[in-house]
Amino acid sequence: MKLALTQLNLSHFRSHIGAKLTLDGRPVAIHGSNGAGKTNILEAVSLFSPGRGLRRASAAEIARRPEALGWKLRGDLQSPGRAHEVETWSEGGAARQVRIDGKMASQVALGRIARVLWLIPAMDRLWIEGADGRRRFLDRIALSFDPDHAEAALAYDKAMRERNRLLRDQVRDPAWYGALETQMARAGHRIHGGRVAALEYLSAAQARAETAFPTAELELQQSEGEMPGSEEDLRAALSESRFRDLAAGRALVGPHRTDLYGVYAAKGVPARDCSTGEQKALLVSLILANARALAEQIGAAPILLLDEVAAHLDASRRAALYDEICAIGSQAWMTGTGPELFAELGDRAQTVEVTEAGGVSSVTMT
Amino acid sequence: MSSPSEIDHLIDLMAKLPGLGPRSARRAVLHLIRKRALLLTPLADVMQEVAATARECLNCGNVGTTDICDICDSEKRATGELCVVEDVADLWAMERSGVFKGRYHVLGGTLSALDSIGPEDLRIPRLADRIDTEGITEVILALNATVDGQTTAHYIADQLQGRVRLTSLAQGVPIGGELDYLDDGTISAALRARKDI
Ligand SMILES: Nc1ncnc2c1ncn2[C@@H]1O[C@H](COP(=O)(O)OP(=O)(O)OP(=O)(O)O)[C@@H](O)[C@H]1O
Ligand SMILES: [Mg+2]
Ligand SMILES: [Zn+2]
Repeated sequence: MKLALTQLNLSHFRSHIGAKLTLDGRPVAIHGSNGAGKTNILEAVSLFSPGRGLRRASAAEIARRPEALGWKLRGDLQSPGRAHEVETWSEGGAARQVRIDGKMASQVALGRIARVLWLIPAMDRLWIEGADGRRRFLDRIALSFDPDHAEAALAYDKAMRERNRLLRDQVRDPAWYGALETQMARAGHRIHGGRVAALEYLSAAQARAETAFPTAELELQQSEGEMPGSEEDLRAALSESRFRDLAAGRALVGPHRTDLYGVYAAKGVPARDCSTGEQKALLVSLILANARALAEQIGAAPILLLDEVAAHLDASRRAALYDEICAIGSQAWMTGTGPELFAELGDRAQTVEVTEAGGVSSVTMT
Repeated sequence: MSSPSEIDHLIDLMAKLPGLGPRSARRAVLHLIRKRALLLTPLADVMQEVAATARECLNCGNVGTTDICDICDSEKRATGELCVVEDVADLWAMERSGVFKGRYHVLGGTLSALDSIGPEDLRIPRLADRIDTEGITEVILALNATVDGQTTAHYIADQLQGRVRLTSLAQGVPIGGELDYLDDGTISAALRARKDI
């Protein structure tokens, strides 16, 4: 069983004016020159999950220019046992809307029916850049296992921003702090629990899998001290930290201070010290583990978006990747500049060619 | 006859109403003009009256036409139960469902540091006073399940701790869903299944 889009229509979406793709659930190999509009298609698919998609773009940025009127995506999503019609769009720069089977729906609801994981070139520096990016990566993994993770993250963020404002305004009302800390503790504990669970799923999936990709050992680290183990402990820690936080103007304890630490297991080398190719291989390994774990847990392989994944891999690694994707059964959307990059897939994949003329992308299914 | 600019002015004002846009405002105004005797004139009269008499209840914050609203004025509503809501719209939604027999306290918003709304901007001090003067035994916090709504609920609970029984509406009220948008059945179910904080 798998999750798959069987139909995808893009309307005024970045360089696409009106593209229609009909799909059969096999992986989708997209080729075309630089700037043709390949990643734009992957971005469209990423918006079938909650959030701002793989470029983290605002709804306004996505609207096709120069018209800049708005954009719309329509997809038929095949999930175990049933199909859903999903529409998502934005008009006049407003926040994006979602409709599922003709009814307006929340993005959390979208997360319950679709699971989409991605790997994009911007993540190549994930291990060496700031903790922010790693936390986001981790939270997307946690979200894939638990669609309610997003809600906890939003609630935590809002309560923290409220509390940071009190700190900066030097407000001294203990009951107000207490009310916010109670909520930060509740949401924060859920976030932490979701992250811990996600790492356990990944680690179990990596241990079981026969894979050509290196195992990554993952661990959560706090920028200082330990993450409090219970909701009550977190609440108490926030309350105790109030005085220090006043000086800093922000909260110094909590899950927003968690970092994801990765080690290339076979060598015992921290991920950030690995070669470029090794770092990429670790990420591929993790996304495959995430897909395997999800397939087991929800009974359906998730949709994968692998932007330019082929470019960094030698031919044998590439063949191994394709074999593993096919074994998992994911509808993996992959991009590359030429069709030869997908040769090893043969007819196990659908092929899409994207071309561009005068700022308008065209899509041909071959 | 009105000059077109006055009609335009009316349309502009109507378009500012919640739920109406310029298009529906034009349709509404045209409809009013066509039903002048039946709708427009009585509407204008009653609006003038409401404009002159509408005020907030000095006790609870409900909107009525007297200094003390009917609910605060009625001895029948002195059940010892006090339901705290964010907004008058929430109070009206509760009343519509008809299940609550006690009195209300309208805060007029929620705590929000980011929007510069503090306890003194809400009717929180007045709420504490009412506990004693009205012999309140239970305070039901019917605040929205948003972060701001729940912050306010925790804040009030902290202030009233030990003085009264504190309860909140049962879960199942959708997150971020506002009381005003819930149907009567959901509201009464949430009230019946309220739980201690
Ligand atoms: N809002 C927009 N309106 C119109 N065109 C846009 C918009 N946003 C991006 N584009 C254009 O879309 C084009 C294709 O972008 P895309 O990233 O999909 O290319 P690609 O095929 O993935 O190329 P590469 O191989 O270089 O990664 C770019 O030339 C870009 O200028
Ligand atoms: Mg690209
Ligand atoms: Zn009153």
